[in-house]
Amino acid sequence: MRLGEIKDILQAEILCGNEYLDYDVSYAFGSDLMSDVLAYVKGKTVLLTGLMNSQVIRTAEMAELNAIVFVRGKKPDGEIIELAQQNNMVLLTTRDTMYTASGKLFSNGLEGLDLD
Amino acid sequence: METMKYTFNVEKDDFVRAGEASSNIKKILRQLGIDPGLIRRLSIASYEAEINIVIHSHGGQMELELAPDFVRIVASDKGPGIENIELAMQEGYSTATEKIREMGFGAGMGLPNMKKCTDEFKVESVYGKGTTITMEISLKAGD
Repeated sequence: MRLGEIKDILQAEILCGNEYLDYDVSYAFGSDLMSDVLAYVKGKTVLLTGLMNSQVIRTAEMAELNAIVFVRGKKPDGEIIELAQQNNMVLLTTRDTMYTASGKLFSNGLEGLDLD
Repeated sequence: METMKYTFNVEKDDFVRAGEASSNIKKILRQLGIDPGLIRRLSIASYEAEINIVIHSHGGQMELELAPDFVRIVASDKGPGIENIELAMQEGYSTATEKIREMGFGAGMGLPNMKKCTDEFKVESVYGKGTTITMEISLKAGD
């Protein structure tokens, strides 16, 4: 699914990475636990999270995720956005809760990951 | 290629800069043209080890060693050391505080994940002194 489509489905606001909205992802993973993101995420995946600190961006950098959706209307501060820009990431924020955002994306055909 | 070594300091409790050492390690590996799949595994292992130094230790360092046929990352800290390594290796076991969990870590997945991501993995710890984690990935084709 194109990141631009995810933005539309979630009526999300784009915080950075406008130029990468044509990128495709194959899966979504929702978690506030970065430990689990590091342990389970693979492939082209968009991360949905309500966690709001620079370690979310670092985790995405290490796991090679290039798109993050902040749920529950959360907006990270400028430093976090800057770190994401340095890593060529797309950051989106939606007013949907984790459950609602996940449900919308899943029902539009974006699958979850299988654990090993 | 000669063996090259890089060292990065990691401060305790510095959650803003946590991950910088691993980010630098990742950039070096990229510049050297290491296979992207291997870089991802090494980056995750390195970051897990770095976060552990920030969360659990009195501070320490990350060392990257590049040899013709392997990449080695050594994460060492100045204590306090792991009381029970066998327990620490169990998925889900963690001594992290509530504050750390609110930061998104402390799920007890760090050490098992480092082991999963690397070809060689060794934890040495002296309680009261410090911990050294040595991780290696082979660069030889076919491994």
